[in-house]
Amino acid sequence: MPIIDLANPTRFLTIANRALPWLIAVTVIVFAIGLFYVMNAPDDYQQGATVKIMFLHVPAAWLGMLGWGLMSVAALGTLVWRHPLADVAGKAAAPIGAAFTFICLVTGSLWGRPTWGTYWVWDARLTSMLVLLLLYFGVLALYWTAEEPGRGARAAAILSLVGAVNLPIIKFSVDWWNTLHQPASVFRMGGSTIDPALLTPLLIMALAFTLLFATLHLAVMRNEILRRRVRSMRLMQAQELAEAT
Amino acid sequence: MNLGPHADFIVAAYAVTLFVVAALVGWVVLDYSAQCRTLGDLEARGVTRRSQRKG
Amino acid sequence: MIAFNALLVRDMRLAIRVGGGALMGALFFLIVVTMMPFAIGPDLALLARIGPAILWLGALLASLLALDRLFATDHEDGSLDLLMMGALPLELSVATKAIAHWLTTGLPLVVIAPLLGLMLNVELHAMGWLALTLLVGTPALTFIGLVGAALAVALRRGGLLLAVLVLPLTVPVLIFGVAAANAALFGATPFGPPFTILCALTLASLVLGPIAAAAALRHGLE
Repeated sequence: MPIIDLANPTRFLTIANRALPWLIAVTVIVFAIGLFYVMNAPDDYQQGATVKIMFLHVPAAWLGMLGWGLMSVAALGTLVWRHPLADVAGKAAAPIGAAFTFICLVTGSLWGRPTWGTYWVWDARLTSMLVLLLLYFGVLALYWTAEEPGRGARAAAILSLVGAVNLPIIKFSVDWWNTLHQPASVFRMGGSTIDPALLTPLLIMALAFTLLFATLHLAVMRNEILRRRVRSMRLMQAQELAEAT
Repeated sequence: MNLGPHADFIVAAYAVTLFVVAALVGWVVLDYSAQCRTLGDLEARGVTRRSQRKG
Repeated sequence: MIAFNALLVRDMRLAIRVGGGALMGALFFLIVVTMMPFAIGPDLALLARIGPAILWLGALLASLLALDRLFATDHEDGSLDLLMMGALPLELSVATKAIAHWLTTGLPLVVIAPLLGLMLNVELHAMGWLALTLLVGTPALTFIGLVGAALAVALRRGGLLLAVLVLPLTVPVLIFGVAAANAALFGATPFGPPFTILCALTLASLVLGPIAAAAALRHGLE
């Protein structure tokens, strides 16, 4: 079916309803395969078994950033091309991206404790992820405190684009700041290169998490379309009651 | 599967991930059923959408 | 040009006259910097080491709190709608308001910073350099904050939302501003690179801030 069908909410719902069961099934299967590989993965010669946390931390980081990228593309769709479902896509991506960024930070902290001795360290990558989470909170605040969904969506779209421009700058400045304050040591999470034996589980888990993101995103979009339907029906009902009296 | 001396941290990391993902899934599922229920209510009470009326 | 001047002068007059928004920022800066030693302790050596950081944080918070008033009063009495329909392109109107805001709120911070530096035992020779970093950096804070102020007024939400939106975006300015100030003070690292990056950030925000803020106003208030 042509991609233009995806612009119509009703057709989108039909497609989503049919696609979701398959997506869920594929996601579960890939997770099962991934976890099998994780359990059989060798220990890292430096970090021992704690390297297994990497299989969660790295995909979560990737998805946190993907979430913001998706929001930015959706923002262009809302502001520039006026695609009817673009703001729904953006609003749906925000909580999922924020959740994965949070997972990234928590798993990073738990990985850091046995490896470096503290629960939090101002490592350049962790700190950038923290700033990203704060930006997510800002966007979520815009979406959920707006009275009209349309207005909140447009404001959030602008913030998504401003954030997208700013994120590379923030990343650069945090990297710079980190090297300034820790000139001697190189705290790189996961070591400088990844052992090939650890790469396969990592990629499979990354794929599994990405499929999970896609499934959740589709489901949240469906919920948001339904929510807007409820709202417009209620508004119409109120209007009719007002006209009748 | 021997997780070594820092097994607690590994288990905790996987537990937190599972918890957050479960919370997300739970929110999505509950929200979906709530919206469906509300839509059903509204349609039962005779409120229809503009596009349904036209058709 | 006439419209630009008129708007600039109008905003500055309002800021200086009504409620003393101009001097309130400077006063807040003074109070915040005074509070820091109560929390940190009177150890002069420590205060001297973190002096630039305290001054930059104080300037950041003072700029942030003053941003509330940038669009709020105009929105309430309808002049924001007039501005949006007016002769100047909205990006330029918004930039003009931001310039007026910086002149009345940001510049006083730069002026009293050396005085506050004395309180924090910052060395005299570096005071000028520190003020210079603030001079170059505070416009960036204003122009980045512009975007948050436009978003918050479009949604009719208050100051804390603005802070939540703006603060993460100002991280680079804070990092390079303090780095330049520390470089000038302690000489351990070169002053040039962070300072030029700070200048670049300010110049970029002068252009991008008004564009984003105007878009926020247009889309939010349509």
